[in-house]
Amino acid sequence: MNMHAGANHMQPPLLEVRDLTVEFATRRGTVRAVEKIDLTLAKGETLGIVGESGSGKSVTSFAVMRILDRAGRIAEGTITLGGVDIGTAPEGAVRALRGREMSMIFQNPRAALNPIRKVGKQIEDVLIEHVQAQPSDAREKAIEVLKAVRIARPEERYHAYPFELSGGMCQRIVIALALACRPQLLIADEPTTGLDVTTQKAVMDLVVELTRARNMSTILITHDLGLASAYCDRVMVMEKGRVVETATAAEIFRAPQHPYTRKLMRATPRRGVTLRDLLPVDAAPAAAAPTAPVEGAGTPLLVVENLVKEYPRQAPATGLAGAFGIKGAAADPFRAVDGISFSVARGESLGLVGESGCGKSTTSMMLMRLLDPTSGRIVFKGEELSAIPARRFAGSKWRSRIQLVFQDPTDSLNPRYTAARAIADPLLRMGSGLSGKALRAKVEELAGLVGLPVNLLDRFPHQLSGGQKARVGIARAIAPDPDLVILDEPTAALDVSVQAVVLNLLQDLKQRLGMSYIFVSHDLEVVRLLCDRVMVMRAGRIVEAGATETVMTAPKADYTRELLASIPHPPI
Amino acid sequence: MTLAATDAAPKDSLFSHARHIVAENPVTGLAFGLFALFALAALIGPYVVPHDPLASNTSAALQPPSATYWFGTDQLGRDIFSRVVVAARLDMIIAVASVALVFVGGGFAGIASGYCGGWTDRIVGRVSDTIMAFPLFVLAMGIVAALGNTVTNIVIATAIINFPLYVRVARAEANIRREAGFVQAARLAGNSEMRILLGHIAPNILPIMMVQVSLTMGYAILNAAGLSFIGLGVRPPTPEWGIMVAEGASFIISGEWWIAFFPGVTLMLAVFCFNLLGDGLRDLVDPQRRT
Repeated sequence: MNMHAGANHMQPPLLEVRDLTVEFATRRGTVRAVEKIDLTLAKGETLGIVGESGSGKSVTSFAVMRILDRAGRIAEGTITLGGVDIGTAPEGAVRALRGREMSMIFQNPRAALNPIRKVGKQIEDVLIEHVQAQPSDAREKAIEVLKAVRIARPEERYHAYPFELSGGMCQRIVIALALACRPQLLIADEPTTGLDVTTQKAVMDLVVELTRARNMSTILITHDLGLASAYCDRVMVMEKGRVVETATAAEIFRAPQHPYTRKLMRATPRRGVTLRDLLPVDAAPAAAAPTAPVEGAGTPLLVVENLVKEYPRQAPATGLAGAFGIKGAAADPFRAVDGISFSVARGESLGLVGESGCGKSTTSMMLMRLLDPTSGRIVFKGEELSAIPARRFAGSKWRSRIQLVFQDPTDSLNPRYTAARAIADPLLRMGSGLSGKALRAKVEELAGLVGLPVNLLDRFPHQLSGGQKARVGIARAIAPDPDLVILDEPTAALDVSVQAVVLNLLQDLKQRLGMSYIFVSHDLEVVRLLCDRVMVMRAGRIVEAGATETVMTAPKADYTRELLASIPHPPI
Repeated sequence: MTLAATDAAPKDSLFSHARHIVAENPVTGLAFGLFALFALAALIGPYVVPHDPLASNTSAALQPPSATYWFGTDQLGRDIFSRVVVAARLDMIIAVASVALVFVGGGFAGIASGYCGGWTDRIVGRVSDTIMAFPLFVLAMGIVAALGNTVTNIVIATAIINFPLYVRVARAEANIRREAGFVQAARLAGNSEMRILLGHIAPNILPIMMVQVSLTMGYAILNAAGLSFIGLGVRPPTPEWGIMVAEGASFIISGEWWIAFFPGVTLMLAVFCFNLLGDGLRDLVDPQRRT
């Protein structure tokens, strides 16, 4: 790293941004998304741009690629890439640079690929477009490229469509496309958000290795300070369109200068901290929440026995039968959840951890009684809930006892309901008997519990920030005073500082209202902060279960060890 | 990138919101203006027209447009301007009634079919396929001929031929939202399926349905006029744009162009106005646009 820093002075930087200001014309006037930022990137260097949503980190990269949308314009400043002024160059010249000199990886790899074209063909298209291959040898070169991004069995995968590949594999294809023409500069905009930790590690290792081997410069845009410092030489922290701090990855962790950087670092869940440590120092000391005595604490609230969910699967029909549309014999059904048993005590919080496709969502849907299990029992307070069909459960008296906080706060709020109406919905439907002023008072009380300002209650979801929407979702879930709340990655869509606040809020609420939690997540660090016990799921089975500290410090299963090792850690 | 929500309460009144939409797209303003004109004609037209639309005056037959007779007179000496204005009420009633009928019926059938799937979907789908299988105007002719020549039957026929359009739009939109998070959340809140359908999904489909409403409104006017033109539907001497064009058509050859021209132009403007109104209406009812 120090060698890179030294090299900076010897040769001109590859990318140089001076005084960049980007403005967007909106209905309420001009908004400055990025204000007077400077940035230099040496050849072969990896720069991390870290910031929360709205910090202008993506806008900066769009300005560099000159792909700002129509409302946005570069108001001031210069962007120079290898001697070419990108800000003023004609569109044709910039287009030639994109792909050949600079390219970009986006967040959602599946959206970046053409869904109805074989991935091999898509790589060929790029190679031929940029005269890296002739039609005669394109196929051969495309397979080479697939090999370079470590796709197993590249000859077979050449014929695959994007929907047949996993998210991590799609991202590798996108990386292959971005690197096909050997550009000088790669901009990766949240390349691993939405991928599992083990996949994240594989993808990031691949990017770093490929760019290092080709002496390319990389800009990694991320909200995850840990990820940035684990993979970047230098880290630039942005807040509200301004750069607050730039330093080497090691320095920024050892001695963060700016208060915002410190706040961001505090809020990042990591080893050896408690939930309270995540909050800023100057935050009002959380008054010790009045702890509600949990009635019959320790006794099981929910007992799950041998829960199974199967989905039918059809064997592909072959030969004549297939040609005539006769379906093949039913194959063994696919077991999304394969006989799991566990219990949750009153007042306990249980973590359910696993990567995508492990069956944790299916499990929570069954526990929520939105989905019927194939077999097995769900016993809640001694009542067998699995005996009531999911279709009729909405009308059952047990509906109010189990509630869910959704993963995506935006998607789970009706766009046409105000915050107050959304929170009131369960109260109206589940026989609270409240109406008019009493209902409004109850809604305001709930808003107070989750820390949502009362003057925001009449706003529609799109007028609220992510954290505010999350609070509305939590208020709605606790409105019917449930015994068990399932938290389905409630902070996955939130910024770290907001996540810290929401996690603390959830902890306070649990103590105050005496609820039990099942916390579903892919993030072990977050689970550790909130849960007493944790279960690790893989392929529909529980591979390990136990007290959180034991599982985190002395994991027994290989898979748990692999998960723990994949979490990016800052270089300290 | 995302704009920080301002602290000022973003509660725009409907009026200022409407003003913003008109300012953003002047064509919408033009459409709203035209619509206001037609609505005014329908409401107070019969009380303000200069002549009795039904009174014939053979001494003044086939007069070209003049200061007394702004749009001229027809073969019986009736004032065409008065008849065009008075006809607005009948044509608007037919259009609004038929669109309201199909909006409720077709919209509900579509949402139910998209949300429930299964047999509901199959039945609604096949019914609308069957309607689509006929040339729509011929189907409307058949319905009016079979049920009888009344305004009610024109309304019913127009509603039936528009049914598949509403079903398809509503079905597709409901289908997308069937597994949305807020629908699941509504289930968890103890809403019955019917309540989810009407209380949660229907309001979200409203903006796109408004576009459909205004498009079919223009089409309904055209359809009613078309039926009257070929002699089905409204009967003479009731003033109605379609009949007036039909009556005037035979006089074009002999040079009396104004008899067919003015009702025809009015008809065209009405259809034009409703087609343009669609986007404006969608923006007006969509809360996301009220940022």
